[in-house]
Amino acid sequence: MLQARDCTAVELASAYLERIELYDGDVHGYLHVDAERTLADAAAQDAAGTTGLSGVPIAYKDLLSTKGVPTTAGSKILEGFMPLEDADVVARGKAAGLVSLGKTNLDEFAMGSSTEHSAYGPTCNPWDLTRVPGGSSGGSAAVVAAGLAPWSLGTDTGGSIRQPAAFCGLVGLMPTYGTVPRFGVVAFACSLEQVGPITLTVRDAALLQQIIAGASERDATCTGPREPIVVPTAGRLDGITFGVPWAELEEGVEPGIRARFDGSLQIARDLGAEIVDVELPYARHGLAAYYVIAPAEASANLSRFDGVRYGLRVEAPDVRSMYEATRDAGFGPEVKRRIMIGTYVLSAGYHDAYYLQAQRVRTLIRRDFDAAFSSVDAILSPTAPTTAFEFGARLDDPLAMYANDIFTLPVNLAGVPALSLPNGLVEGLPSSLQIIGPSHSENLLFRLGAAFEEAHGFDPVPPLLRGGSS
Amino acid sequence: MSVAWQKDGYEAVIGLEIHVQLNTHSKMFCSCPNRFGDDPNTNVCMVCLAHPGAMPVANAEAVRQSARVGLALGCRIPPYSEFSRKQYFYPDSPKAYQISQYDQPLCAEGLFRVPGSDGFEVRLTRAHLEEDAAKMIHEGGEGGRISGSAGSIVDFNRVGTPLLEIVTEPDIRSPEDARRLLTLLRATVVAIGASDCDMEKGSLRADANVSIRPIGATEYGTKTELKNMNSFRFLERGIEAELERQLEIVRGGGMVEQETLHFDPASGSLSSLRSKEQAHDYRYFPEPDLLPVQQDEVVLAELRATLPELPVARYERLVTAGLPDATALALAVDSELAAYLDALATHLNDLKIAANWTMGEFSAHLNSSGLSAAASPVTPARLGALVALVMAGTINQTAAKEVFAVLVDDPAATADGIVGERNLATVGGDDELGAIIDAVLAAHPDEVEAFRGGREQVIGFLVGQCMKQSGGRADAKALQSLLRARLAS
Amino acid sequence: MNVRRIELTTDEVRHVAALARLGLDDAEIERLGFELQGILGHVATISTLPIADVPPTAHALDVSVELRPDVARAGLTREQALANAPDPTPDGFRVPPIGS
Repeated sequence: MLQARDCTAVELASAYLERIELYDGDVHGYLHVDAERTLADAAAQDAAGTTGLSGVPIAYKDLLSTKGVPTTAGSKILEGFMPLEDADVVARGKAAGLVSLGKTNLDEFAMGSSTEHSAYGPTCNPWDLTRVPGGSSGGSAAVVAAGLAPWSLGTDTGGSIRQPAAFCGLVGLMPTYGTVPRFGVVAFACSLEQVGPITLTVRDAALLQQIIAGASERDATCTGPREPIVVPTAGRLDGITFGVPWAELEEGVEPGIRARFDGSLQIARDLGAEIVDVELPYARHGLAAYYVIAPAEASANLSRFDGVRYGLRVEAPDVRSMYEATRDAGFGPEVKRRIMIGTYVLSAGYHDAYYLQAQRVRTLIRRDFDAAFSSVDAILSPTAPTTAFEFGARLDDPLAMYANDIFTLPVNLAGVPALSLPNGLVEGLPSSLQIIGPSHSENLLFRLGAAFEEAHGFDPVPPLLRGGSS
Repeated sequence: MSVAWQKDGYEAVIGLEIHVQLNTHSKMFCSCPNRFGDDPNTNVCMVCLAHPGAMPVANAEAVRQSARVGLALGCRIPPYSEFSRKQYFYPDSPKAYQISQYDQPLCAEGLFRVPGSDGFEVRLTRAHLEEDAAKMIHEGGEGGRISGSAGSIVDFNRVGTPLLEIVTEPDIRSPEDARRLLTLLRATVVAIGASDCDMEKGSLRADANVSIRPIGATEYGTKTELKNMNSFRFLERGIEAELERQLEIVRGGGMVEQETLHFDPASGSLSSLRSKEQAHDYRYFPEPDLLPVQQDEVVLAELRATLPELPVARYERLVTAGLPDATALALAVDSELAAYLDALATHLNDLKIAANWTMGEFSAHLNSSGLSAAASPVTPARLGALVALVMAGTINQTAAKEVFAVLVDDPAATADGIVGERNLATVGGDDELGAIIDAVLAAHPDEVEAFRGGREQVIGFLVGQCMKQSGGRADAKALQSLLRARLAS
Repeated sequence: MNVRRIELTTDEVRHVAALARLGLDDAEIERLGFELQGILGHVATISTLPIADVPPTAHALDVSVELRPDVARAGLTREQALANAPDPTPDGFRVPPIGS
């Protein structure tokens, strides 16, 4: 990372802007870039004298409100919407002197695992432009992998940081729920999501997490981390016990991913760690519980998009028709699916059988993790069951798309943190390891991640873009 | 016992849903000022406008005041309560859900007593916290009402104002009782300082659920909802009208339909309001952006200790002290006047006399001047000095009235000063009186003789003449007895 | 992925769409109905789990937070409030008539 101070913020920003010019036409990771504004911000940082991380560029998922800069949430219904304030995490980035390169593409309202559900066109995976970068933070992952930003912020509701990080060969952190403020983040599912870093290295993830984590006056669910984030150094893993939920890995994991996972386990042993079996019996119900709870919360969160105060309005002779026409025109098919599911599971007669049951499953998943962590320090799994798939491969079958997240979803349901980092290539496409820890164990996760990272020796630069990197 | 509404073998079954706007400094879920009367859309923020990414943060004082109201109304305060989303689409609801409380309200069941010789009890179901909605100004149409309008302008200033919704069981048995209950409830909330409960400004709103059933029946009839009656009088009349309407239907062999109605006091008629959603499926679920509210027993005890004398307690105290029922009730619901009375009673060391003056001369003054008890220049100390003079016999009632009038007009004057300046002291001493009597008797020998001859009624004339001579300052009793004594001799 | 489906009539789909104020045309109603049958069929697997005694989790945090102090702060100007409005008037946000 740029800590060496051998160029100015303007020079650095210019270099990235040049690469964006050259490559983002193919990658389409960015939805909004304002070169003039970026350079002005960079110049301001230089004038103030850059210290620490000031002057370092960053990309923001277009779900994070940026004052005076359009924020679309990947949807037509917010086309042209200009937030009145920065999200807390963006304000913290500004306070640290980070320079925004632009807003990145995402599945509409963060609903998706491939970024194919963006209303503004898909993003391409820099490792193979015919494949998806994952989602919903596909743009944030793609721009970092393609060298179009040194790091980025994404959001993770059911895997939306970790899975695109996995598909793009990057590090992604899902922080402990309640450690990073959500004020200014367009809400999808409030009780499940957090903002987190997508970076090239574990160390960078810790650095960025230091900037964004902490309690906020404007988010009643954010109490911040229990201890200060520590930037890790790589080391051995003596005395560490890892749990592996073998029963959950029996089905659905591609052989190549499984092989890379076994490789990571061997590394763990070589570094002195012990591997034991853990059971997470309710984790297999995580997908069902998630696809009740998340759409339920989302259906309420998206009701405010009604054409009255901002965003798209389709005129109609009366209010109700205006609502219906606006929302029909403004939302894409995946969003409509989830709103319908969410409305259904909360509606009279179905609330108990679906929503309440899902919340009970959630309690049981949390208990499974708590029980596991009483005997292990962290849990290992592949992040995603497959490598990046081709465009269109999962679009016709929503459930098949949802299956991308079977290893990541339970983490959000339990509110615990998880770190994803690449552990190799499978036929030229990245594979990743997920390390899950107890609540507020980010420092442990970073330390463990750093150890694996060094041993894996993974090169995060995709062959396609191996020319002209800074 | 209060008088129930009963006609043709049917009785009234009435429940109230009361909304109280709490007078906190800021709104319920954001820091915008909690204020009435601003220009449209000048008191809003990202949160009240429900911008994407906006999040609610609950107001500690609203929670505190709600607990105080609950304690004052006799509700149980559970250790744990939760916010919920109540979902419905309407332009006055920017999130298309209202943050309210569904199955875990801040205040649980309670029992509220309206005191008096015709007092009664009403069970309270619950009281919960929620946020108020926006205001819609309907363009065109008749009188700003919805039907026939050309569209509406939405003013979001009111969004987020903290509301405490208090729900009663259907234990009320007459329109009058409904009014009395609301009056006492209002007085209680005002007494503890949680709200100014002004029905005109909308900081107190009441809806009534009304049904009838055969006297003695235990099942409930179909109820209708009367909404937004904005005065106590309208509430009573509206419920009365609805009871008559339902009776009429039932007498005619028909069935009462469940609906929401609006009462027009000018015409005395009830009309059906359009419901916001055909089927009200609010799809409640716990508000994920707000954590549950915990109540600490120690803190609740402290809150209970901060409560002032409540109307019911005041009523009992005054009745025990010997005041009449009606007076005690009137003072129970008027904290300011009651405070005045207590201060005056302390000066005089006599509650009954203080009550007479407070409810009589002083209240008449407040009515005609439009002042409140605390704002009147006739402070308890100044009035106390006046009444003391009356009690001592220094001035009579007529003179006292004159002194009172001066106390009102001249805030600097004192009772003693006025009496001295205007020479209002009662003429009651034997010498002074005797001189006047002698002069009058001497001036009217015929009447004296007539009295002594047996015509009793002449004494009235003689008393009148003496009074006149004294400039109205004679002590009536002393005058009578001394005059009779003189005439007899 | 199992292929359980639940029953959903067109009327039920329309009812849900109406609750959500989505103005779906007939083709969308049919397509979404089909998709929902599959998705709900899968998630319905949890409705038969024998876990009625388990307390539901509504919040991932198990801490209590202090509530916000009652301090008022000025908000937006009217211009700012109306900045993104689709149909602003000098005073506020216009909406079409409520209608029937």
